[in-house]
Amino acid sequence: MSPGNGRPRGAKAPTSFAELVERPSEWLSGGGPRAELVLSTRVRLARNLDTVPFTHRARDEQLQGVLSSVANAAERSAAFKDGLLLRMTELPALDRQILVERHLVSHELGDGARPRGIMIAPDQRLSLMINEEDHLRLQAMASGFQLAEAWTLADGADDELDQALDFAFSEEIGYLTSCPTNAGTGLRASLLVHLPALVLLEEIQKVLKSVMQMGLNVRGYYGEHSEVMGNLFQVSNQTTLGRSERESIEMLERVTRQVLEQEERAREKMMRDARVQVEDKVWRAYGNLRYCRTIHVRDVINLCSAVRLGVALGLPGLCPLHVVNELLVLAQPAHLQRRYGADLTPAERNVYRAQLVRERLEAAERETRSGD
Amino acid sequence: MLCQICGKNPATVHFTEIHDNKMSEIHVCERCAEEKGLQTSAKKHKFEIADLLAGMVDGMTTTEEERVGHVQCPRCGLLYSGFKETGRLGCAECYAAFQFQLRPLLRRIHGDTRHRGKVPTRDGEGVSRSRQIQRLHDELQRAVEREEFERAAAVRDEIKRLEAELRAAAPAPTEKKK
Repeated sequence: MSPGNGRPRGAKAPTSFAELVERPSEWLSGGGPRAELVLSTRVRLARNLDTVPFTHRARDEQLQGVLSSVANAAERSAAFKDGLLLRMTELPALDRQILVERHLVSHELGDGARPRGIMIAPDQRLSLMINEEDHLRLQAMASGFQLAEAWTLADGADDELDQALDFAFSEEIGYLTSCPTNAGTGLRASLLVHLPALVLLEEIQKVLKSVMQMGLNVRGYYGEHSEVMGNLFQVSNQTTLGRSERESIEMLERVTRQVLEQEERAREKMMRDARVQVEDKVWRAYGNLRYCRTIHVRDVINLCSAVRLGVALGLPGLCPLHVVNELLVLAQPAHLQRRYGADLTPAERNVYRAQLVRERLEAAERETRSGD
Repeated sequence: MLCQICGKNPATVHFTEIHDNKMSEIHVCERCAEEKGLQTSAKKHKFEIADLLAGMVDGMTTTEEERVGHVQCPRCGLLYSGFKETGRLGCAECYAAFQFQLRPLLRRIHGDTRHRGKVPTRDGEGVSRSRQIQRLHDELQRAVEREEFERAAAVRDEIKRLEAELRAAAPAPTEKKK
């Protein structure tokens, strides 16, 4: 990928929700290896405290206890030093939704109904959901294809938490989780990959099928089965028993590399056979985003996919990757409402969304010009 | 190996079925697996787990199914029938309470029932050593059951050695940190 696509990292740790949302998520930074094909890497570990019933069977007082002991352990760990603890019951619905849109918090955690929380490390690469489906859901996120790094980060934080907490574990089955699909390693490693050429050349179903035959899980990231938006797919390990964490991760890495090779070959073919049509599609998408006056979030996701492809193909004059990455989150409803007012109708949101998208692209153009 | 159902395609889906308390290995091709509703993939959604479970009790008589449904976790009180409804277990102890029911389910989901990943390192070596001792005790028992006495003696010596190491490392037993 071309240098300068990645956004420089912010250094200071956020101390409040307001500061946190001012900062773009690290996983959107457009940096890291293979960032032109892989948006982000995520590694999640599920853990439970041995003596407390799993979240859905525990009483609120018990969950309160879990929240404080886990938060306490995290605060004393090096991994979460100076981290930010947010209690879901203390956050208004809009703020919780913002965390969901940033992929820091799951829908389940975001309901705000029970004593749940999230601990976020200063650089936002590590986070810890407390009292989600499992008592602990430790999550490491990174931009680009960085499975080994994300695993090391999660593994290290898990070791530290393990020193202070008594995790539910059995010799035979491993880490015990609320749902038996996670029992064993409790690991879910996933890669968010961009496969526009395979979709365009109608080879995607075949590729996805072969990925699933390898025992991995793959799904469209935005939207359901037939109408995947933005050509973004999440590939993850399926099973958590019978394989070590490293084996699971290596297998995910190996299979995903093959998928990326196929995508690259498809891109080459596309550029060889229909260069003008591809460039036309990319630039029309850019023009739509740059000059729209009302736009639905679905269109932002789809048009950004075309622009992203153009950036990856090295077409000159487009914006850096992190700009299109960030739009995927900033154009979501809760982020828009925080910026422009909480009681917007969907039609008004579309107008403000168009304004935001135009402004971001214009700013990126200005930056590019001044950098020349 | 060819599919045991159609006999034409290569068998790529393998699982263990328990029927009338007898365990049998089944090897089928993907297409037949799909047609018969046999899936090895991990199902995230609780209703899919419920479907899996429903598929597994096929062939069980109603009374057997009722009896299994009444198995209860002594710690949290969850009935196996409750797990079947929600697809979620109640507490860590449920795994032991429902072990006979869960084992085939875990095999169906993961293709395996044995953890091969990391082990808690809490309290440093002491805990991993006691876990190791616990595991050796299990192995000792199995060896005795199978009348493998040479193996049992070797395991017993290993246990003694580890217990001595553990005593040397921590003269007074420490409380688990909470």
